[in-house]
Amino acid sequence: MTFHQAIWDEPLIFEKKGKRTVRLPDEDIEYKTSIPDSLKRDMLNIPENEEHEVLRHYVRLSQMNYGVDINTYPLGSCTMKFNPKIADELASMDQVRYIHPYQDEDTVQGALQIMYELQESLKKITYMDGFTLQPVAGADGEFTGLLIVRAFHEDRKDFKRKEIIVPDSAHGTNPASSTMAGFTTIEIPSNEQGMVDLNALESALSEKTAAFMITNPNTLGIFEENIEKIANLVHSHGALLYYDGANLNGIMGKTAPGKMGFDIVHVNLHKTFATPHGGGGPGAGPVGVKSHLIDFLPVPVIKFDGKKYHLDYNLGKSIGKVAMFYGNFGVLARAWAYIKLMGGNGLREATERAVLNTNYLRKKLQGYYDLPYKELRKHEVVFSGVNLKKYGVRTLDVAKRMLDYGVHAPTIYFPLIVEEALMIEPTETESRESLDRLAEIMIKIADEAQKNPELLKEAPKNTPVGRIDEVEANRNPILSYKMIKK
Amino acid sequence: MSDYEEMMNFLGIKNIDELFSDIPESVKINGIDLPEGMDENSLRIEMRKILGRNRSFFEMPIFMGAGVYFHYIPSAVFSILSRSEFYTAYTPYQPEISQGMLQTLFEYQSYIAELTGLPAVNASMYDAPTSLGEAARMAYNINGKKEVIIPKNIQWEKKSVLLNYVKGLDMKIVEYDYDKKTGGIDFESLKSKINDNTSMVYAEIPNFFGVIDENVTKIRELGNFIFTVGVNPISLGILKAPVDYGADIVIGEGQILGNPASFGGPLLGIFATKMEYIRKMPGRIIGMSRDHSGRRAFVMTLQTREQHIRRAKATSNICSNEALVAVASAAYLSVLGKSGLKRVAEININRANSTLEKIKSIKGYRSPHSGLHFNEFVISLPDKEINVHKKLLSKNIHGGYMINTMTRNSFPELGESMLFNVTEMHSSDDINKLLEALKEVVP
Repeated sequence: MTFHQAIWDEPLIFEKKGKRTVRLPDEDIEYKTSIPDSLKRDMLNIPENEEHEVLRHYVRLSQMNYGVDINTYPLGSCTMKFNPKIADELASMDQVRYIHPYQDEDTVQGALQIMYELQESLKKITYMDGFTLQPVAGADGEFTGLLIVRAFHEDRKDFKRKEIIVPDSAHGTNPASSTMAGFTTIEIPSNEQGMVDLNALESALSEKTAAFMITNPNTLGIFEENIEKIANLVHSHGALLYYDGANLNGIMGKTAPGKMGFDIVHVNLHKTFATPHGGGGPGAGPVGVKSHLIDFLPVPVIKFDGKKYHLDYNLGKSIGKVAMFYGNFGVLARAWAYIKLMGGNGLREATERAVLNTNYLRKKLQGYYDLPYKELRKHEVVFSGVNLKKYGVRTLDVAKRMLDYGVHAPTIYFPLIVEEALMIEPTETESRESLDRLAEIMIKIADEAQKNPELLKEAPKNTPVGRIDEVEANRNPILSYKMIKK
Repeated sequence: MSDYEEMMNFLGIKNIDELFSDIPESVKINGIDLPEGMDENSLRIEMRKILGRNRSFFEMPIFMGAGVYFHYIPSAVFSILSRSEFYTAYTPYQPEISQGMLQTLFEYQSYIAELTGLPAVNASMYDAPTSLGEAARMAYNINGKKEVIIPKNIQWEKKSVLLNYVKGLDMKIVEYDYDKKTGGIDFESLKSKINDNTSMVYAEIPNFFGVIDENVTKIRELGNFIFTVGVNPISLGILKAPVDYGADIVIGEGQILGNPASFGGPLLGIFATKMEYIRKMPGRIIGMSRDHSGRRAFVMTLQTREQHIRRAKATSNICSNEALVAVASAAYLSVLGKSGLKRVAEININRANSTLEKIKSIKGYRSPHSGLHFNEFVISLPDKEINVHKKLLSKNIHGGYMINTMTRNSFPELGESMLFNVTEMHSSDDINKLLEALKEVVP
């Protein structure tokens, strides 16, 4: 278990000096157009470097970064599965890269077909009746869904519904999206099984409730067994039920949001459907709705008349646009390829293996880390590092020590209802061998915590830098090279 | 025994379904009604077949912009993006093992800071319209006022996104006219809209019609509102940094910095502001700091603004952003350097304006706007019956964006007109072909 990330004393590109070598088309053309003085630029501080020096710079930097192509990346709720390379091949073809969204429909039938097929597949996976592919991230999907909630109630002239209920285990984006859409968030506590407390839900529901937003399995990886009761309760109060699809990988082919009674769902293509996450994005967060909400979807919607695909802007009650064009097409195309590769059975098997992997890891680590709530989990499991506190060690220290062994840390300190949380999502693509290795590393760290806690507190040591002074970064923010010069 | 069976044994289960015993029978489904998965080779053949029904820029010159553009992208940019250490990473939650991405994003922020003159830049928004929406929300959070003043000649898509972003704050959108002759700002109209309730004034340079208008430099004097400028970052190779004429926030579409059009996404929302407003900013921000032994290190900073900590009180809900697109932009600007960026901007402005002159001189075509253009311009077309768009298409040329017939734009004063875009990607041959075709289609 030896690991050392590359260490380069790589300066900022602004601190390097060279000469441009790349040639531009028709560079010799005489420049004629004159710009008024009031708009003319006088100074531009941008570095110049040879093409190969620029490449070296970024290749070295890439060597100081960690992706799922390197090793296990068990970030909970992030579903870091293997990204099939054939999907990248598709997305890099000229007929994907070099087409314009406003091209005549006759000249982009292939692109529209891919989007249409993706949308139809997502309907079948989620049991929803209509889809928009426009939202470009999970949070953008939530925002879209909540704008639809708002439009639905307003269309019924029901203007009182200004509250969104979320459980205290919800992703932070849920309450944030609800604020952006103009709602007040009501947070309800989870019960002692880590699930929605039905009594708390019932007392929070009123004629002011617009929707209840949950993810199922929830962020503890626990399936909400009372989901039907929840759906009935919410609907009987005239509210809608929203499905945060971040955890869809735990249930594909076993159940579906539409089957459980959800009215709206967003899915994260960069999680469940294996599109690479790009170091933070781009992602894609398509939104599916039941038939009573189809009229509110963003425009355009993609239609197929049996011969031709086309973009329809005539949707009377549409909420309009949530992003510039039709969504992150490069991401959508990759997800389409992934679904084609997997097929219906393959997706179900992915979920089965993801859940098997999670429970395997859960059992291996039980006894070394505290396991709050029940044993059976779906796509992820949340341990607590509370048992290590007596050695003066915190979850943060465990996470940093994991980096020293060449695996990425789990999501930490989330969900907020678990003290010293370690949220682990192995996904289906990790082999038994890599799960064993991950367990071995985490068990070893629990042992080190007891015998030699300094190893954890001084970690990481095998990375180009050690722990970073975040307090100083917040107090004295340096956000661009411009600010260093000063 | 297979690993799979051994793992089931370890868990003491005989059937995988036992792991799903917590799902009530009544909501269980029996698999997914989709065909069997394909092998990779069959998929490769299938996707080529489907994509064969797209005509790309390389098969047919396309003279369209309107929010997303075709520019030359050095091969080195794709090479850098193909590093899977970058593209298969998640958000850099563990900074010690993610210095490469963090430094690259810091360099992206630094480039945008140099171009706009504003030092506080975030690590990306989704696209220009969502940057605009976030800017309006931020303006409200700064001054508590509720009116956002935007130009009438804004693209419908952008306005629609903006309306959705401010809906939750009950902000009001007020439009100022554009000058029908120049295509630029109607300064008197703008002046008349500003009052004590004005939270933010928004202006674009170049605007939707491609016009660069000096009036943008006079807006700051009109009052004490948040002044947000929408830019084309390539044009900033030759145009003044918006900070020099008093911008508080600069937004723009960063796709043009080294990213293909990709049917309209992924894009890149640029967002820059002054240091005094950083705690109101949306999005991830990368800061420079030191590790415990004094080595320079990069880290996501000012996170207490964000949804994972502040939840309902966060400045924005954004979590996933467009990081890899920002990486491409940093790589693009690094390969081009100062002289390259300046040159690309010069080629664009020159080529577009000379093409505009040539089209104007063809019988039947008119330029409604006398202002200076960057790389886009509106042309009024001859009689609708002629259907210039379809005629060009039959000659394997894709003309400009039909302003009034696509999506939901409405500029009745422009009638049947096209918004053309010309960049360094359009060769002299492409342009000559377009000019010839435009001549031929008019009887």
